[in-house]
Amino acid sequence: MRKIFSLIILGILAFGIWYSLKNIPFATHKTKVGKYYVYKGIKETGATNIVTSVVVNYRGFDTLGEVTVLFIAAIGLGAILATRKKKKRKEIEKPSLILYTGCYLLFPLILLFGAYIFIHGHLTPGGGFQGGAIIASAFLLRYLGCPERKINRKASDATESLGGLIFVLLGLLGLIVGGYFLLNFLPKGVPNLLFSAGIIPIIYIAIGFKVGSELAGVIDNLIEESK
Amino acid sequence: MIFISLLVAGMLGAAIVACILKDLLTAVIASCVVSLIAAILFFFLQAPDVAMAEASIGAALVTAVFVIAIIRTNRYEE
Repeated sequence: MRKIFSLIILGILAFGIWYSLKNIPFATHKTKVGKYYVYKGIKETGATNIVTSVVVNYRGFDTLGEVTVLFIAAIGLGAILATRKKKKRKEIEKPSLILYTGCYLLFPLILLFGAYIFIHGHLTPGGGFQGGAIIASAFLLRYLGCPERKINRKASDATESLGGLIFVLLGLLGLIVGGYFLLNFLPKGVPNLLFSAGIIPIIYIAIGFKVGSELAGVIDNLIEESK
Repeated sequence: MIFISLLVAGMLGAAIVACILKDLLTAVIASCVVSLIAAILFFFLQAPDVAMAEASIGAALVTAVFVIAIIRTNRYEE
């Protein structure tokens, strides 16, 4: 009886979603704001990747909120795990030779790839969040492959704070120079070049470092507690 | 088109497996497969930014967090 009831509710929900979405054509200009971003975005912000120009420039304040949410989540996790009693650490099992060597060879390459993703965030797909997550996955591989080497928590916390600070300070500089928070006050340059799009690459590099060190810290917290 | 339909079917299958299974480790791997196929589908829908975020966060980091949680608790659901 309960299963039939839940199936009926699910059916009603699915019908509602289908009915509300069936008249929306994808990949066409239905809204004016999307059209505006697509045609005026490159000229106004200098960033070839329109997603980046929306995330960092047009909706930069929302991105600051997102970064803050991630920061609060990482702090909350650290606070919850820190109140637990520290157990005696078990002896770590040595990883196999293949995992160890693979970790050694792949770790710098994955870091380089993550850095490429967030430095080129205004030119190619990707950006600070994606690059930061890739860097954190490099640290995850390191924790699995070479467990005797740990990240320096003080350095990662300092990097995290510095990233957030650069973001907010750039926003405040925009407020001082032009009267808007996160105003793109640097010269836009020529689109498609690495040094273009004003403050967008600087903000994305700061976000990349911040997200990477934050997620690496989360992984460090979890793995240290699970031993 | 056939390829995309196969991907969607595989995603649905992996999602159902993740819901049904009592072995939580296999269920976590199945949810990882869901994220991976979602990343491929995002790429086909011309959203490479989202695809990248989904692949690195959904498939790698979230799976790792779940596996660590399973290490601390029970592997099998009663």
